[in-house]
Amino acid sequence: MSHISLIIGLEVHVELTTRSKMFCACPADHFGKDPNTQTCPVCLGLPGALPVPNQQAIEDTIKIGLALNCKVNENTHFDRKQYFYPDLPKGYQISQYDQPLCKDGFLTLDSGKKIRLLRVHLEEDTGKLQHITLNDERVSLIDFNRSGVPLVEIVSEPDIASTAEAKEYLKKIHAIVRQLGVTTADMEKGQMRLEPTINLNIDGHFTPLVELKNINSFNFAALAIDYEVSRQTAAFEKDGLEKSKSNKQTRGYDSALKITFLQRQKEEAKDYRYFPEPDIPPLRISPSVIEKIQSEMPQLPDAIISQLIALGVKPADALILSRDKTALTVLKSNPDVQPGRLSSLIVNKKIDLSGNIKEQFEKLTAIGETDTGKLTAFVDEVLAQNPKVVEEYKKGKTAVLGFLIGAVMKLSQGQADAKSVTQLIIQKLK
Amino acid sequence: MNKQIHELSVVELIRGLEDGHFSSVEIVKHYLDRINRYNSELNAFLYVNEDAIKQAEKIDKEIANGNQKPLLGIPLAVKDNFLTMGMPTTAGSLILKGYYPQYESTVSKRFLAAGAIILGKTNMDAWAHGSSTETSQYGPTLNPWDLGHLPGGSSGGSAAAVAAQLVPVAIGSETAGSVRQPAAWCGVTGFKPSYGRVSRYGVIAMASSTDSPGPIARNVEDAALVTSAIAGADPYDATSSSKEVEKYHQLLKRKDLKGIKIALVKEYLLPTMRTEVKTLIHNAAKHLESLGAKVEEISLLDPKYAIGVYTVVMRSEVSSNLARFDGIRYGTGREMFADEAKRRIMLGAYTLSAGYYEAYYKKAVAVRTKIVSEFENTFKEYDAYIGAVSPGPALKLGATKNEPMFGEMEDILVEPSSLAGLTGAGVPCGFVDGLPIGLQITGNQFEETKILDIAHLYQQTTEFNKFPEKYQK
Repeated sequence: MSHISLIIGLEVHVELTTRSKMFCACPADHFGKDPNTQTCPVCLGLPGALPVPNQQAIEDTIKIGLALNCKVNENTHFDRKQYFYPDLPKGYQISQYDQPLCKDGFLTLDSGKKIRLLRVHLEEDTGKLQHITLNDERVSLIDFNRSGVPLVEIVSEPDIASTAEAKEYLKKIHAIVRQLGVTTADMEKGQMRLEPTINLNIDGHFTPLVELKNINSFNFAALAIDYEVSRQTAAFEKDGLEKSKSNKQTRGYDSALKITFLQRQKEEAKDYRYFPEPDIPPLRISPSVIEKIQSEMPQLPDAIISQLIALGVKPADALILSRDKTALTVLKSNPDVQPGRLSSLIVNKKIDLSGNIKEQFEKLTAIGETDTGKLTAFVDEVLAQNPKVVEEYKKGKTAVLGFLIGAVMKLSQGQADAKSVTQLIIQKLK
Repeated sequence: MNKQIHELSVVELIRGLEDGHFSSVEIVKHYLDRINRYNSELNAFLYVNEDAIKQAEKIDKEIANGNQKPLLGIPLAVKDNFLTMGMPTTAGSLILKGYYPQYESTVSKRFLAAGAIILGKTNMDAWAHGSSTETSQYGPTLNPWDLGHLPGGSSGGSAAAVAAQLVPVAIGSETAGSVRQPAAWCGVTGFKPSYGRVSRYGVIAMASSTDSPGPIARNVEDAALVTSAIAGADPYDATSSSKEVEKYHQLLKRKDLKGIKIALVKEYLLPTMRTEVKTLIHNAAKHLESLGAKVEEISLLDPKYAIGVYTVVMRSEVSSNLARFDGIRYGTGREMFADEAKRRIMLGAYTLSAGYYEAYYKKAVAVRTKIVSEFENTFKEYDAYIGAVSPGPALKLGATKNEPMFGEMEDILVEPSSLAGLTGAGVPCGFVDGLPIGLQITGNQFEETKILDIAHLYQQTTEFNKFPEKYQK
């Protein structure tokens, strides 16, 4: 049996939900609008038109970077990435090359594994091509409503080693950018697009790199990766071809057939002839601006989840609630209601969030009052399992009380009443 | 009034309109007549705005109502790389033949807001690639001083139109010399504002990092007036400066140059330059001294390095800026690009390619930084430097044939200033072989007032500001 390990790097494109486009005043919200109704000389790339960068988009990108533990480049600029494609009216895309807004970050998976992030940069989206039959003729139409919409690219290092890790990484990114309020990241509207690059290490031999383009669902990304693992394994067994500079492939994913298919065989690395965009002066991001953005950052999903768990919410419930702003507000505004039980009632949709929370909670929990005997058993178990902590407490380090309470809450799966738990522990430790 | 309308400066025309000596309609008709008479031989205009008279009628009513705008009732011409709604805009190229823009350039918009009337669009080297107007895909413009000679370029149509008095003032654009050099060859005044002083929005880009719109005028005062009307921050141009704009034409007050230090750059008196041209520059230096300025010879980086930098930076940017003319839009295929554009696209794409970027583009940018810092030091000590605009007088028709570096050679003395984004005036300083020679007076970024003031006094106290006799009538 050969030993196979997976090497995955992820590129994620996120469209920002700013009011206007990246370099002009056209509305950025393009979904479902009549074709070419949200355009101007700038996003149509007309002769003489010039780009003026959107301040909000720059700040939003910095927010994403900070949330992903990146360093913010104080001296940065835009570059022109030059290639020909009909959906790119200027013949170049304004992007960032050697000085991205943010770089060198990481994202921590639940296992504690850190996925390093290479960069977070800002660019403009392209127009959209539609290949249709019109009056019995195959035609290609271009809609420029999307042209110039701010697009953030988040690029990971190839640190992801399994489909599960890839999926977790993507879900976390999704939750973070949504929590930041910089995008609705609606996958169905193409506001978040996933591009995994995959190859395998088979007994020390590396298979050719495959870049999967424009996947718009976490499940499809996972299925595509799985497909690639078997495809690349089989291919390697057959031809023994190893990764080289000239054999990187671009493949698409067909969700109906559940296969990936060859789009482009790269003869060599594409030469985009990048150079600094002369129409936009270099940007200087001052430390005070970074500080200001940092101070305005909302709490991130991971922080919310650990806080909820500490309050006694079940991890599974905490994960769901971390994505639900209304539910979080309800939890916060009812501090005297047992958070663990309230959370599980909310998650199970037993509570009408717009109604009186306390009344509903009391009604729903009246029958199943906490069994004191059971609670005592939980407390005893926790105390027995943590003799060192108990000792510290007895030596006067009362701060460890929180840990013990948390442990009991966890054991009770968030069902216990925190007040009674506290009282019971203090009593037992006297 | 003894003078004919076409012998009046813009400032005089404004006064005449205010005093009721003539109407805007009369001015416009007078100039349209002249264009009809002379344009067929000069080819200075690519398009003449027949609606101008109607617009002048409206403006005459405004004048009667006592409306006050800086250029109210003044006709002018616009180089064909400025987008003008309702008028075709081709940048001298066949790719854009018959192209009617969907929006107005900031410069022409400001002209219209100032009450000016656009008489037409002037000829230019295709895409502004050149210093002769001979590479226009609509035929060359001829020099009014001698029809066998080139007008210079790329704003050759604008310069010839002003010199032949087909229009009182015209706008050009300069990437490196494209305003000052044709003005010099046609014996009129050219003014290049600092990079970022006048918006580039709606100007078909040549080299984005140096493009600067500027006027070609009968004299410095008119150039100052027109610059005041178009300069200033533009929300549509991120490289435009938010520095406040002065009323340049009202600040031309010097009676002498006491306290002014001027540098005469040794390296700009090229060894290959004709002695007569050098003599004219030395004469100009003496004249400035006689006005009270302190003139000192200094040494700067050989301008040949600026050619190297400019060639690489400009062509890199050109290759990118022309990518949008991809044959999908605008109705014409890329085969309509003429040789000069093709050469620039190819060379520019090469200097940006992987493996060559470091050797060419990056090195050019590094040398550019050196040129900028050298000027910074120069202007710590001097208010301005002087030299010839171009190494010699206008060259003969056909001089650009088989000379792919023609523009660089003719613009060698202004290229360093363009790379550094400086401001500079070009004014006539004498004649060689009966053809005018231009003096450049160049100053630090955003010192428009100072440079215009010095150039104005020079012009007021010399006798070189003449117009070709053939077009006096």
